[in-house]
Amino acid sequence: MTEELDAGIVARQIAESGELGEPARNRHEVGAARRRKEDARLVTGRTRWTDNIQLPGMLYVAFLRSPMAHARVTRVDASPALHRPGVVAAFTGRDLAGEQGSLPCAWPVTEDIVVPAHPPMAVDEVRYAGEAVACVVATDRYRAYDALESIEIDYEPLPAVVDMNAALEDDAPRVHEEGNRAYVWKFGTGDIDAAFRDAPVVVERTFVQQRLIPTAMEPRAVVAQTDGDSFTLHSSTQVPHILRIMLATVTGIPEHKLRVIAPDVGGGFGSKLQVTAEEVLLLLLARRLGKPVKWTESRSEGNLTVHHGRDQIQRLSLAAEADGRLRGLRVDLLADMGAYLMLITPGIPILGAFMFNGIYKMDAYDFTCTGVFTTKMPTDAYRGAGRPEATFAIERLMDELAAELGLDPIEVRRRNWITRDEFPYTTVANMTYDSGDYEAATRKALALFGYDKLRAEQSERRDRRDPVQLGIGVSTYTEMCGLAPSRVLGSLSYGAGGWEYAAVRMLPTGKVEAVTGVSPHGQGHETAWSQIVADALGVPFEDVAVVHGDTAIAHKGMDTYGSRSLAVGGVALVRACDKVREKARHVAAHMLEASAEDIEFSEGTFRVRGTEAGTTIQEIALAVFGAHDLPDGVEASLDSDATFDPDDFSFPHGTHLCAVEVDTETGATSIRSYVAVDDIGKVINPLIVEGQVHGGIAQGIAQALFEEAVYDSEGNLLTTTMADYLLPSAADLPDFVTARTETPATGNPLGVKGVGEAGTIASTPAVVNAVVDALRPYGVRDVPMPCTPERVWRAIQGGAS
Amino acid sequence: MIPASFDYVRASSVDEAVEVLADAGEEAKVLSGGQSLLPLLRLRLAYPSVLVDVGRLPELRGVRDEGGHVHIGATTTHDEIIRSPVVRAGCPLVALATATVADPAVRHRGTFGGSMAHADPAGDLPAVAVALDMEFVLRSTTGERVVTATDFFTDYLETALEPGEILTAVRVPKLGEGWGYHYEKFHRTAQAWAIVGVAAAVRVTVSESGARHVAEARVGLTNMGPTPLRATAVESAAVDAELPPVPHATANGSPSTARLPSANGSGPHDTLREAASLADGDTSPTADLHATPDYRRHLARVLTHRALTHAAATV
Amino acid sequence: MTRITVTVDGVAHEEEVEPRLLLVHLLRDRLGKIGTPVGCDTSNCGACTIMMDGRSVKSCSVLAVQADGSELLTVEGLADGPTWHPMQRAFHEEHALQCGYCTPGMIMAALDLLKDDPDPSDEAIRHGLEGNLCRCTGYSNIVKAVRRGARAMSDQEVTT
Repeated sequence: MTEELDAGIVARQIAESGELGEPARNRHEVGAARRRKEDARLVTGRTRWTDNIQLPGMLYVAFLRSPMAHARVTRVDASPALHRPGVVAAFTGRDLAGEQGSLPCAWPVTEDIVVPAHPPMAVDEVRYAGEAVACVVATDRYRAYDALESIEIDYEPLPAVVDMNAALEDDAPRVHEEGNRAYVWKFGTGDIDAAFRDAPVVVERTFVQQRLIPTAMEPRAVVAQTDGDSFTLHSSTQVPHILRIMLATVTGIPEHKLRVIAPDVGGGFGSKLQVTAEEVLLLLLARRLGKPVKWTESRSEGNLTVHHGRDQIQRLSLAAEADGRLRGLRVDLLADMGAYLMLITPGIPILGAFMFNGIYKMDAYDFTCTGVFTTKMPTDAYRGAGRPEATFAIERLMDELAAELGLDPIEVRRRNWITRDEFPYTTVANMTYDSGDYEAATRKALALFGYDKLRAEQSERRDRRDPVQLGIGVSTYTEMCGLAPSRVLGSLSYGAGGWEYAAVRMLPTGKVEAVTGVSPHGQGHETAWSQIVADALGVPFEDVAVVHGDTAIAHKGMDTYGSRSLAVGGVALVRACDKVREKARHVAAHMLEASAEDIEFSEGTFRVRGTEAGTTIQEIALAVFGAHDLPDGVEASLDSDATFDPDDFSFPHGTHLCAVEVDTETGATSIRSYVAVDDIGKVINPLIVEGQVHGGIAQGIAQALFEEAVYDSEGNLLTTTMADYLLPSAADLPDFVTARTETPATGNPLGVKGVGEAGTIASTPAVVNAVVDALRPYGVRDVPMPCTPERVWRAIQGGAS
Repeated sequence: MIPASFDYVRASSVDEAVEVLADAGEEAKVLSGGQSLLPLLRLRLAYPSVLVDVGRLPELRGVRDEGGHVHIGATTTHDEIIRSPVVRAGCPLVALATATVADPAVRHRGTFGGSMAHADPAGDLPAVAVALDMEFVLRSTTGERVVTATDFFTDYLETALEPGEILTAVRVPKLGEGWGYHYEKFHRTAQAWAIVGVAAAVRVTVSESGARHVAEARVGLTNMGPTPLRATAVESAAVDAELPPVPHATANGSPSTARLPSANGSGPHDTLREAASLADGDTSPTADLHATPDYRRHLARVLTHRALTHAAATV
Repeated sequence: MTRITVTVDGVAHEEEVEPRLLLVHLLRDRLGKIGTPVGCDTSNCGACTIMMDGRSVKSCSVLAVQADGSELLTVEGLADGPTWHPMQRAFHEEHALQCGYCTPGMIMAALDLLKDDPDPSDEAIRHGLEGNLCRCTGYSNIVKAVRRGARAMSDQEVTT
């Protein structure tokens, strides 16, 4: 299979149907609802998942994992496994201790942060259930798995540390010798004491952001191979470029001898933004054995060992005037790091630090985050990464404030939000929001939702004490995305920059290869990037191939996360196209015997201003390839590359409204309608945007109602399978009504903001606000997430008593 | 994950199956559709020495009307049950509950007898079995015996099946005319196991004035103890309860005003609600990720009322 | 080892298999049918859904020996050369996939539900797909795609 072939099939089918988002003649590709180029391989089963890779002589790896949350490994002997059929090798942490290094943490958020050594395979002590303690390499996966049962290992149990508050007690058992406090990070502006002094209204709440398991549908898989000199690693990763650098550092394999490939990747949502133990260990095994090795996780292995998300206790105080105007906000977070600090574990809650004020104006802000070690799987990025937690807090608080004051939740927001003529606006968290129109998005959402009618129905149901109550939840969110300005990352002690890279190769036949440093894993960049290039260079959409995810052919980049691909990587691509055009303009001038200043470019053709004389970019590409007659000093190449480093974040926003029916007899909840109006700036492909919003909303709803990673008091994960960790199916979710408003971002030439995380960030508080709203007549002020039927029922019992 | 090794025998007759089982002893397992067993094997929660595959034996498969009862062969799939006109006519409650089992693909492979023999108290069919007084036909090399549903389910994942014995069929007594049926399943997501389920059958009498009363009721409870339970106290107390004049639509799942009985149950609902409030008597629900025992008890009471109401409304 | 024969996407295979070999591993590791992926251990996710003798099954929860003599259809067998099956096209047209990992199973489950209900309501579609999890799309576009695919199939009277 080649991409060209599949693109051809798609093109043919698009042409056949005549309705597949193809822009009308002379219309721009950008903005068209192009169907995705990626789909050809995905709907036909020709996808290149990492587990699909089979190599001659390949060996299969299985890991023995700790059944205990915290224990000393007093004895481990892998040698009995060697006698099992098909087993080629077996190793323990001790065998690998000299070469395995320590998994990296790239974001030490404070000077005095505790960053414990994190051996990819535990050596003397295990600190979470599921930590690898030994491995077997065998000729097939069944035999590798069988032989794990022959490994002999003795543990001496140590106390589990499960609860964050208990972990911070002086006499708490320690996860690491240095103690359970990883760091304390503070931030504040304005006079917070003044804001709270004599405040007419203070709303104090504690919210728990439960621990989530990201659950990309594709389980992780890694294939490592070596030719004796250099190494190639295939991994189901979002970050091949970061991975290459980090793996080189950890393993000592020189960067130029290590190629990392992210083939087709089946979702990530942040969970594949990581340098994992298995990636390091597979490289070491390939190096030791000289054979290609493959490991594919099972789902239950993944639930234990793919980094988890969220897990914060949020202590919040909001001070307001009697009319609802905000004075100040205090945020005191406990953030569960789990047992180790992984790639950006400590930074996740800090990404939220600048978002707790949401879209609102206030005088003072005070933020403290304490990172806490526990004997659980480390946490790290999960869709939204810090910002959903912050948005949940402020949006829940705004509803609580409205209830306290007897105001409509929309009205209390209106009294506090930044108005459209106040942009650019520097917030209390020192973020400068460049653009937005909260009134417009809210107006549209209210109309689509039928807000007044639903409020009337709610009131009617309350009056007649209907056992099925109706709740309406509001979430007027913003988020910072387009991660990230390198200067900001530097100021926050992050270990790298936030720029992005792109290159454009003009091929002799006029076709184009666009190389991008981002690493799509389901988003549709091959399609959207083709649209951008088609407009920028005036070439047909079908003539663009997008190359990514392989450090040998897309050598440079910062990968995909934080809603950054378009807002940073897309802009880099525009810049690279600009350079191609500029080079071509000089060649065109020479070919047309005119001055370069007189050359205009439109729709793929360079013309001498005021004349019909022109030459196409494809003709120029061929001429440059021939190089028979190039102007002096011009190289025989139009290829260009560019990096883009944003000056600032971008700030999508929107208004999400959710109506929930609550069966007060059982506590069951059911989403009746959901409206999302998002302003994500300019849109490259509305179809892809809508898909991102849908999926984001679904994941946010899932946090509100269904998902929770549960550990027992001994640190055993109880939700190791999909039968226990509940994900919503089609039968559990409503249809979503989505619409957009558009205020272009001012920080980039595309005017784009980012959409990957918006739905998730907005939806969780909308749903929980709706559940709580339904139950206010019962005296309910909160329902912990996920709002399970039992929790809802107990809230009603508790509130009513 | 991957199952541990086992031997495999595809039985060519029931006689052969029970002979192999008798030889293999306690470590042998019967394989029918495998929809409960395969996940256990993959998670290595079960290590059978030999699997005896009875999935292809025609004598174990299919549904027959045998006059007073419906005969359901043990390896009849859930999908076949749902489609069976004999089941729909003779024991509609079985079809209603089976339609809520797992998902369509699992129902294509999973079998009626397999679900019963697995005896998961959170499974939907065992509660129907006790409610309808099903009879279980067990066969071994020493012959055949028949046990009642309440005797069949002995403990959590335990049945009256002895080593070497297989379940060949289940007989479902027909209840006759005038009965309505409903299976009320309460679960967090469509594919999740029942937190609590209630299987109800109600015989309704209509007086000359048009008043509707419960003449007889059967109630089975899912996941209210280590075995499926029969709520006999509810059944006795419900007799003669007055039923609402306008039948409700029957439906499972998410709440909506149209589907729910009114709030505080004044008027003719009272007797039925009082009867339903006995549903958690003699139950011993467990605590798990999705519910505490107290909440399960509460649900049993609420859902029993709904199940009885909906069942009656179908008459 | 047990000798079995299966026909996969029209091609007959005869294989010696361990009894414990999962059907999905027979397909993927032995027969090269890598279009059908594995997403869980407990038959919840449905990514591995294929047709076995005309009805959907989760191939991770069927032993290869149980499939002996069966006719199997995977997502790889749907297209007619370069011409996609109407349901494949519908998924493409309605943007019913993102990462695409659930897509092979989702398409097979969709085709299965149409066998009983060629013109399903949205609710019937949602319930018919309850054994197939998607983490990317939020399902709205999948529901639309199944509706569109159903229309196209009845227009073309395509059967699988």
